[in-house]
Amino acid sequence: MSEHFDAIVVGAGPSGNACAYTMAKAGMNVLQIDRGEYPGSKNVQGAILYSDALERIIPDFRDSAPLERHVSELRFWMLSETSNTSASHRNDGFEDGKPDRYTILRAPFDKWFSKKVREAGAVLITETTVVDLVKNDKGKVIGVLTDREGGPIYADVVVLAEGVNGVVGQRAKLRPELKPQHVALAVKETHFFPEEVIRERFNLQGEDDGVVIEVLGSVTSGMVGTAFLYTNKESISIGVGCLLADFAKTKIPPYELLDRFKRHPAVVPLLRGGEMKEYVAHLIPEGGYDAIPNLTGDGWVIVGDAGQFVNAVHREGSNLAMTTGRLAGECLAELKAQGLAPTNDNLKLFRDRLGESFVMKDMKKYRKVPHLLEKNRQLFATYPRAINQVMQAYFRVDGMDKRSKEGIALRNVAKARGGWWSVATDLVKVARAWR
Amino acid sequence: MDEPIIEGLDPPPPAPTGLNILVCIKQVPDSAQIRVHPVTNTIMRQGVPTIINPYDLFALEEAMRLRDEYGGQVTVLCMGPPMAEDALRRALGLGADRAVLITDRRFAGSDTLATSFALATALGKIAEERAIDIVFTGKQTIDGDTAQVGPGIARRMGLNQLTYVSAIDSLDMGRRSIVVRRRSEGGVQVLRSALPCLITMLEDSNVVRRGSIQDMLRAARAPVTIWSAEEAGVEDPLKCGLRGSPTVVKRVFAPSPREESAEMVTVEGKDPARIGEAIIDLIFARDPKLEVALTATAS
Repeated sequence: MSEHFDAIVVGAGPSGNACAYTMAKAGMNVLQIDRGEYPGSKNVQGAILYSDALERIIPDFRDSAPLERHVSELRFWMLSETSNTSASHRNDGFEDGKPDRYTILRAPFDKWFSKKVREAGAVLITETTVVDLVKNDKGKVIGVLTDREGGPIYADVVVLAEGVNGVVGQRAKLRPELKPQHVALAVKETHFFPEEVIRERFNLQGEDDGVVIEVLGSVTSGMVGTAFLYTNKESISIGVGCLLADFAKTKIPPYELLDRFKRHPAVVPLLRGGEMKEYVAHLIPEGGYDAIPNLTGDGWVIVGDAGQFVNAVHREGSNLAMTTGRLAGECLAELKAQGLAPTNDNLKLFRDRLGESFVMKDMKKYRKVPHLLEKNRQLFATYPRAINQVMQAYFRVDGMDKRSKEGIALRNVAKARGGWWSVATDLVKVARAWR
Repeated sequence: MDEPIIEGLDPPPPAPTGLNILVCIKQVPDSAQIRVHPVTNTIMRQGVPTIINPYDLFALEEAMRLRDEYGGQVTVLCMGPPMAEDALRRALGLGADRAVLITDRRFAGSDTLATSFALATALGKIAEERAIDIVFTGKQTIDGDTAQVGPGIARRMGLNQLTYVSAIDSLDMGRRSIVVRRRSEGGVQVLRSALPCLITMLEDSNVVRRGSIQDMLRAARAPVTIWSAEEAGVEDPLKCGLRGSPTVVKRVFAPSPREESAEMVTVEGKDPARIGEAIIDLIFARDPKLEVALTATAS
């Protein structure tokens, strides 16, 4: 006879773990299924952990979670082929000693999170792929079918936390297939260094201080995307991500794009002498608000990347995943406590609560950004180059008076976009999408 | 599920019948993903996934195959740090019935001598419940490569040892004997042994099964018996861990990478045969010795 659970969570990433943990803590009988060899073995991220989202789930996570460095400095680079204009923000005074973000390595972090989930009482099985949902004759989801023998497993509700390209929701037609313009492909390498080399190279003060560098400009070869460089304890994560549709159009292989970034004069000295030990690739849902599928139905809920919850502008994703997972878990536990079935109608509770949260508000705020970027690729190529040219010309001491330099600099910006009108239009477009 | 279960009373354990098989497994770092610290040359265990020693999986599968055919119980036994429980849980998920972990700080730093002492002692303890028919191990572990622990256990327990076994031909429960194929340097030996015995299994001797969804659920929830050195019956601390290990590691070093160079050769054309010829010509032009050697072999 097959077992019956209160809930089955498909996937052991940030959203699945947040959801399973919340439900198990509330006393629900939870089964979590992951296809990886161990929880997290298939999970890939930059990776930055935002404290707030996790703190709301496991308040004392700092005591036991494997964190690499807390990010005390954010640097923004704008690159042309040979130059770099940058800005940075540094903060050494964290109130109450609780930094708001950390670099992490996903394999150990996910293992830790998963252990917490199991300690909370959820049952986890790995190396098992959910291949389809089981529905009753009324179309309500009542369980899952896996790639192992032994038939289906049943539950009151199935939470799809299966990630950006999870096939279960797509196969069951709960969510549409990914479109290449709605998804970015990111590639990342991890380079190893002795700890002190990282500290010196990045000007880090404390033992656990870290730096995050976000990069715009020539590095994406005109494609919509960004690059990044994060400091871990004994390694550096370096990567670049662009819209899949753009990779398809330019035919530039992703690893070549990353190689170009690594060869940029601003990056070369940071990577010197390291040993590359890992190369991974991952899809990131970047379709924004308009690409969010239906999130609930009779007996099912979608959370995390599977629901396209990524704020591409602010490089936030895992925190949205944890928050959507937590909210779904809380709502499902509340319904259960009230003796209400997880029908689509009753799950309005989740949809409402999500709508009130920062997650939906942010997704809505940047609703127009994906459309803007898709049609205005100059923002990624022309402006970074123009800004670098302006800086170069302006700071060069060559016998020209400063007023003339200012004039030339301004004219150069206009020239790069074919006139002031275009520059003004771009500004308006960006302002509108941001609003 | 037909039998009524009286509340408050556990159902009586099934009477032990059939074979009592013990499989010793080890949790090892996945050597395919291991990293050597670029500065200190030591193995970086942090972040390296651990697996069940792959050779042990063939032992486990063979044990479960015998159980399925002749009835009985398969118990997996492991010595290691507390995290080795993961390996035992995986073994349960593959279909083992019971798992025992012996873990103690006093076991730390054990070489093969101390390991076989601890395992043999724990096996003796298990045998107190019910006599063991067969002890299985893999032929060796991928992290130590010594192949000494299996024979060490056999010697200490006074069991016939059948090493490098590629197949079990038959088992006679009445006469309590087993016939196995053993790979030796000159060929294959067919050996008959009385039970109990110890068998170390060769790789590829079987295809390791995938547990059912019920096996996985049971494994996720089943209790793993955890014994300290004392609970495992280990009384002499001088025979354990570092103190019981005469092996001394004199030096650890990372072998320097081999001088290898790859080169891409491009040949234009549409006719596959001609492209093939052209590529071979290119290779021979680069390495005339290869041409001499190959043509000599061909003729």
